[in-house]
Amino acid sequence: MLTIRKSIADAIIAHARAASPLEACGYLAGKDGQIVRFFPLKNVDQSAEHFSFDPAEQFSVIRAIRSDGLTAAAVVHSHPNTPARPSQEDLRLARDPNISYVIVSLAGSEPVVKSFRIRDCQATPEDIVVSREQT
Amino acid sequence: MNLKVNGVEKTIAASSPTISELLVLEKVEMPEYVSVQINGAFAQSKDFGTSRVAENDEVDFLYFMGGGSR
Repeated sequence: MLTIRKSIADAIIAHARAASPLEACGYLAGKDGQIVRFFPLKNVDQSAEHFSFDPAEQFSVIRAIRSDGLTAAAVVHSHPNTPARPSQEDLRLARDPNISYVIVSLAGSEPVVKSFRIRDCQATPEDIVVSREQT
Repeated sequence: MNLKVNGVEKTIAASSPTISELLVLEKVEMPEYVSVQINGAFAQSKDFGTSRVAENDEVDFLYFMGGGSR
C-alpha cells in the first residue's frame, strides 16, 4: 500500500498535465510508510511515449532525498494518452524490485493514478491511500 | 574495509573489491542495469570488473529508470 498526501497526489497530476503531451517523470519520497515529497525529474527522452531519467540528475535527487531523511519509495511517470497500467516497456525496464511504480494517466476525462510493484516483468497492483493528514 | 554505500557507512569483509564484486556483495540483482558513482564521479560500466574501491570511498549505485506508454 502506498499512502500519499493529497498535496503530493495533486502535484504529480499537475506535473503530468504541465508536461503533456510529453511523458513526465519523477521520484516520490517518503518516511514511515507515507509519501511526503515529490521530486520531478527531466524526461531526457522528451517523448510522448517514453521516459528516461538523467542518471546525473537521478543521483543528485537521491542524495537530496537522503539528506532530508527520506527514502525513494516510488518512481512516477505519466501516460498522456494511454491507461494507468504498465506498458510492455514499463515491465521490461522496471528493474528495481524494491520500489513502487506509479503511473498517472491523462487519457480519460479525469486523471487516474495507480501504483504497482513490478518483479520479473510481472506487475502487481497496490492500493493507494490519499491522506489529507499533515504530519 | 570501510565504505559508504548509498549513504550508509558500512564495513565489508572484502578488501578492495572491484565494483562488480561490490555489487554482488550488495545483492544487486541486475548489476548490468545500474549506474555507479565513486566519490561523486561516474564509473564506466566497462570498468566495473577491473576498477576497485578504496578505503572510505563513497559508492552510490542506482538502477536505470525508464519506461513508456506503448
